[in-house]
Amino acid sequence: MGVIAFVAKRFGLYLAVLFIGLTITFMLPRLMPINPVDGYIGQIQSRANGTLTPEAIEEMRANLEVLYGLKGDIFTQYLSYLKRVVIDFDFGPSFTYYPAEVSTMITTALPWTLGLLLTATIIAWLLGNMVGLVAGYFHKKRAASILEFVGILLYPIPYYIMAVTVLLLLAYIFPIFPLSPTFPVGEITWPKVGMIIYNSLLPAITLVLAGFGWNILSMKALAVATTEEPYVVYARLKGASNWTRMTRYVFRNALLPQVTALALSLGMIFNGALLTEIIFSYPGIGLIMRTAATGGDYNVLYGAITLSILAVATAGLVIDLIYPLLDPRIRHK
Amino acid sequence: MSIDSKNADPVALVITPAGTEPSFASGLVWLVNPRLALGLIILAVMGLGSFLLPIFAPADPSIQATYMRNLPMSGAHWLGTNALGQDIFWFLVFAVRNSLQLGILVAVGVTIVATIVGLSAGYIGGTFERLVMLIVDTFITIPLLPILIILGALIRGNTSFFTVGVIIIIFGWAWDARTVRSMALSLREREFINMARFSGANTVDVLVREIFPYVSAYILVGFINTVLFAINTEATLAVIGLSKVEVPTLGSIIFWALSYNALFTGQYPWIVAPIVATVTLFLGLFLTSTGFNQAFAAKRGVS
Repeated sequence: MGVIAFVAKRFGLYLAVLFIGLTITFMLPRLMPINPVDGYIGQIQSRANGTLTPEAIEEMRANLEVLYGLKGDIFTQYLSYLKRVVIDFDFGPSFTYYPAEVSTMITTALPWTLGLLLTATIIAWLLGNMVGLVAGYFHKKRAASILEFVGILLYPIPYYIMAVTVLLLLAYIFPIFPLSPTFPVGEITWPKVGMIIYNSLLPAITLVLAGFGWNILSMKALAVATTEEPYVVYARLKGASNWTRMTRYVFRNALLPQVTALALSLGMIFNGALLTEIIFSYPGIGLIMRTAATGGDYNVLYGAITLSILAVATAGLVIDLIYPLLDPRIRHK
Repeated sequence: MSIDSKNADPVALVITPAGTEPSFASGLVWLVNPRLALGLIILAVMGLGSFLLPIFAPADPSIQATYMRNLPMSGAHWLGTNALGQDIFWFLVFAVRNSLQLGILVAVGVTIVATIVGLSAGYIGGTFERLVMLIVDTFITIPLLPILIILGALIRGNTSFFTVGVIIIIFGWAWDARTVRSMALSLREREFINMARFSGANTVDVLVREIFPYVSAYILVGFINTVLFAINTEATLAVIGLSKVEVPTLGSIIFWALSYNALFTGQYPWIVAPIVATVTLFLGLFLTSTGFNQAFAAKRGVS
């Protein structure tokens, strides 16, 4: 299979994922027994102390249905939904913050989530792989099993427990970080950047710790297996140093499955990031979703979930397309 | 030398050398390694404790204002009471039980769906397999939490604890289906399967006698991992208040503690106890699953 066929196949999967993901997002609320328009009308009715006439309610219902894309039969709705989402990236207005556009709200929050998520994932991946490599390469030594033990201890701890524990330890018992973070709004200046980094450290530590354990364990297993390979033995007989063997022979080869695994676990990492944002009140997509879910702000929810699917699928695509650059066996075919 | 398999504890089994007579216990010795033993002990203590203790519970811990609020730790209330007037110890016991129940329910469902989908995709092959795998890969790639948040927002309050489990099954089967399918693919090519075929075994025989023993180890490990995943997912939803938070679970206890600011008011037991319980339970599940994996790998001689 040549590079072009590989790219084409991967891109096909990407489009399929997007299509099925968007379809699920479209179908979900329509399969539910609850109609958001009824909910909105109920809320407006109670704000107006029930003084609305039936005609006014009918007119409002028609307006809301047009506004939220609920007009016509389900097929028409579906087509106009796809057109709005894919071509215009338009999710209509927010209900709670009317008339703010959902797309603007999401694009404001996106850099926050991306910044935190990228930094934390890269650090956790690099650190975890290095520790795992050492633990796997020297797996016959006692000290290495301590490193593995760290991985075993950290891996099964879920994100929310990690977040609450970090909060308890580093903000309450040892008050190094603020208990409730403040994030400045408006124009970005240097002092503000420092403040943002300082306030983002707790969620970042949580994400790094939570992603760390898995990388240690899987890299360790891979490194142990690779160390037994004939070419590593050959390198040793050839007189290559321990360091050269560990980095050039074992690491290069054990790295490849780790890249694929990273692409596959992106969804999980993203879930964790959303949750961490919610617990630390970090102003990203996760917090927006949480607020929207409590307030019944469905347009914001659909916007955020569509963007999530898009972001995770695209990141997976990018990682998989980088893969041939790392693996000379694929590159040279 | 024979060992009484009912009274022998797992640790003793490790150090007792296997006898020459093939007794039941020595037949199981290969299974036990320190990791598995520790995991099973944790699971046994937490499982038995949470399923038996509720019989002795003085009152249903999910009912609010049963006791005075914010009592400190004492003989009557081992972990004190919370800001809602509930006994924290009993709430926690019920939480572990409910979470385990949900985890097992979801794991049963996921294992059934994943086995059917994975095996059929692996054996039928062709266009059907490609289509199924496309759907599986999509379900793996789509981030689960946002979908669950939407569902949670839509059905909030109008759902039963059982429905939460069903929803987790619907969105959680894909990983396992992928594993089962790759196993089916590799098994399809094995010599011993062909051997059985040529010896006149029918499909059911092949499935039950040749494939199941080989696959059961993976299914067991996958099952435990799914229990972990399900408990984690429900707890995650509960922590942000989108599950059935009135039902005590490992997540809902933290939801209440956070929303009543247990950290600010210094009610450590309320927040620390569920953290310790969750970490212990998850460690137990994880050690059991990797322990089984190690044991099975050692038996096949590929450790």
